[in-house]
Amino acid sequence: MRRFLALLARNRLALLGLVVMGLVVLLALVTPWLPLKPPNVTNTSDKFLPPFSEGALLGTDHLGRDLLSRLLWGTRLSLAVGFAAAAIAATLGAAIGVVAGYYGGRVDNVVMRGVDMLMAFPYILLALAIVAALGPGLFNALIAVAAVNIPFFARNIRGVTVGIAHKEFVDAARLSGLSDARIIVSEVLPNVVPVIVIAMSTTVGWMILETAGLSFLGLGSQPPQADLGSMLGEARSAHITQPHTSVVPGVMILIIVMAINLLGDGVRDALDPRLRSGALSRPMAATQVARDHVPPEPRAEGVLTLTDLETQFHVGKRTFRAVNGVSLHVAPGECLGLIGESGSGKSVTALSVMGLVASPPGVITGGSAQYKGQELIGARYGKLRQLRGDRVSYIFQDPLATLHPLYKVGDQLIEAIRVHHPVGRRAARERALGLLRDVRIPNPESRIDAYPHEMSGGMRQRVGIAMALANDPDVIIADEPTTALDVTVQAQILSVLSDLRRERGLAIVFITHDFGVVAQLCDRAAVMYAGRIVEQGTTEQILNHPRHPYTALLMKCVPELGAGRRRLEAIPGLPPAVDRLPEGCAFADRCPKVQPDCRAGEIVLRQVGDHAARCLHPVERAREEAAQ
Amino acid sequence: MGSYILRRLVSAIPVLFGITVIVFAIMALIPGDPATAILGSYATPENVEKLNRDLGLDRPAVARYFIWLGNMLTGDFGTSFSLNRPVLDEILERFGATLILAGTSFVLCALFGVLAGVVSAANQYGWADKAITFAVLLGISIPSFFLGMLMILAFAVERRWFPVSGMYAIYGGGGLGDLLRHLVMPATALAVVATGVVARLSRSAMLEVLRQDFIRTARAKGVHERRVIWRHALRAAMVSIIPVLGIQAGFVLSGAVYIEIVFQWPGVGRMLVDAILTRDILLVQGGVVFVAACYVLFNIVVDVAQSLLDPRIKT
Repeated sequence: MRRFLALLARNRLALLGLVVMGLVVLLALVTPWLPLKPPNVTNTSDKFLPPFSEGALLGTDHLGRDLLSRLLWGTRLSLAVGFAAAAIAATLGAAIGVVAGYYGGRVDNVVMRGVDMLMAFPYILLALAIVAALGPGLFNALIAVAAVNIPFFARNIRGVTVGIAHKEFVDAARLSGLSDARIIVSEVLPNVVPVIVIAMSTTVGWMILETAGLSFLGLGSQPPQADLGSMLGEARSAHITQPHTSVVPGVMILIIVMAINLLGDGVRDALDPRLRSGALSRPMAATQVARDHVPPEPRAEGVLTLTDLETQFHVGKRTFRAVNGVSLHVAPGECLGLIGESGSGKSVTALSVMGLVASPPGVITGGSAQYKGQELIGARYGKLRQLRGDRVSYIFQDPLATLHPLYKVGDQLIEAIRVHHPVGRRAARERALGLLRDVRIPNPESRIDAYPHEMSGGMRQRVGIAMALANDPDVIIADEPTTALDVTVQAQILSVLSDLRRERGLAIVFITHDFGVVAQLCDRAAVMYAGRIVEQGTTEQILNHPRHPYTALLMKCVPELGAGRRRLEAIPGLPPAVDRLPEGCAFADRCPKVQPDCRAGEIVLRQVGDHAARCLHPVERAREEAAQ
Repeated sequence: MGSYILRRLVSAIPVLFGITVIVFAIMALIPGDPATAILGSYATPENVEKLNRDLGLDRPAVARYFIWLGNMLTGDFGTSFSLNRPVLDEILERFGATLILAGTSFVLCALFGVLAGVVSAANQYGWADKAITFAVLLGISIPSFFLGMLMILAFAVERRWFPVSGMYAIYGGGGLGDLLRHLVMPATALAVVATGVVARLSRSAMLEVLRQDFIRTARAKGVHERRVIWRHALRAAMVSIIPVLGIQAGFVLSGAVYIEIVFQWPGVGRMLVDAILTRDILLVQGGVVFVAACYVLFNIVVDVAQSLLDPRIKT
């Protein structure tokens, strides 16, 4: 509760709403003791006095009644009716919802059918029907407004209750012999209260508006008693000549409803954990770049060369160093494997190249990425967009989420082509068919008009590959494209990629945590840990003679066919959190060979021939061989 | 698709049936003797008895309901005693006016609501987003009837840009131009709240969609950001926007009541208010059932639109 209030207070607009609402409620509460003229005493000789007249601060209405006094009394009435309606609707709606949700089955079915039926009515129409039956009057209007809001509460609360009714603690209470009534009161209700509060905070404004509306139509409060709505209704006849009589109550309704809405939004935000973390930010078209130093010159040749790349996530006051000075390069026709556990920064490295890291919270804070000598980090959006998908393209993991669910796969392929080449739809479709054939999709003529959800995982992954190939790119960055697939499909897809590399001289960066895939496809490999490259070399070197203990351990985790009864080992411990990286080697805490100097300051990537490792006490090649 | 529409129509039958039951049940709430309630306590016994007979009040409730339902199915909604003409004739004559008003408002709210929501989401936390968010807050907080009155003051009194009231000019009126001139202010006033609601929802739906993986795919393909927003993201967001549009259709259809009163628009809403004040029960019953039924049918249109948009819905 304290935390909730603190969150609410941090939201300045909600606080404003709270203050305004507090003032209005306070005014309404003390109205009977204020030195006001009686609200209903007519004095036709003083009718239509303008605002700021003597003795009538806001002027008078068509019967000479003091508007200020009527306004405050009217506010009091409107608030009372609005809150009463909200309380009634919440109580009855919650009761219905809890009963339906808790008992389920038949009860639930019958009750919710009725609720759906009521919701089939346009909202205000139902209120009108109820007032028509009961007759005009403020009390009847209150009942009508409360009644039409009951279904809304019932439906919301039922949903939450269904979730709670099957939780362990409710089962436990049932087993301990508590009665249903006791369980509902002691176990269910406390959990649905936040939902009731949210629902009330979002509807009480509507209810005040609706009661004002009914009174405005002459169906609510009856003269001489007046709430804000009927003040507005009475003022309508003289509206054009004496606007102040209608503007005064109208503005009051506006202020009240606006304050309630601000407050309601604040309450909702404070109670909704997703909004609290700011997770609902939209990623921008390209990752934000904020480099505070001049990007370094590339130190290696390649069609794609990354040098000292740094990408961070800024969440609140915390900084996660997802990519911490990564240098990589890949040559035409070459395949580079990028290996590491989940969270090691492989994907973020890959996405940084074309500015596809979600931003906010992602920021590229340093380094360079060059495609054929053109700098990509910090490049204009237009240039980046031109290269994306045309020269450098991506294959993503999980194609069910990465393909647009509402477009046919053919149209998505055609779009990929037409974004970069001004060809007609027909020609693009032919090309798309060719691409589907290239990735060995059977029956491409019929598959081209299928939606992603109509295809199998393997087929969708092929579509993802076809899309990446659409414009004959120079570089493909494949982010675990085979992880979600079974072994046979995986083998097929790898051979497709392998063929294409040979035929087209494609450079591939292949991200994976599977050494088998690396052995099959890659010429060179780089191993990442906690945002840095810890070892880099030819596939042969990495697989057969790993120097970094991490690589060696990682390989022991891989079950090997025909290797007999080797123990499958997991690396003990967890990778460090990248917002609190330790000094020295990030792997030190999990390393079997750790020495005191491992934790003392920066460790460089030491190059021996074309094999590099970031380790002070690397696995000795001789010992490795002796052990085997 | 044809069979889907047919199935949705069939599934609407129990809902329509339920609507008549609910309306009938509500009318049964009338306290005391309805005929006396309608005619007042000074009515002669003969008149009370005659009205009781006309309303069929001398029979049991269930029988009364089925007679009423049967009559309605044959197009007989009864006779309005205050207007002394068949209820259905009166409704049909006025429903066109309501439909023009509510229909225009609906188009306005769908168009500008979605537009504002998309612009707002695409510029999250930018000045456009802040301006739209503020306008939306104002829009959903102002009572439509008060807004209508303010518009009259602003645009129809000193600046005579638009007529104060009515649907056509009394002298020399008629024609589409005249109708449009009369329509601008009421349709706008009616649309404002719904536009705000749609804009709010569209914004959050777009923000939700823009975080999805397939948006990153579109960007990785090199699709221009404009197209990413207006095609890829909006198409996916529409799946959650369309049901809200359905709800807003009901809102403008019934909220037209206030606007019809403020602008003297000759529609069903004004008829209903008059009927309630004169306690013309048959007219109220008929009007409510008719409008609610139209709304149910419109929701079928919404469902069909949804199924056209989302191939994952089984048709």
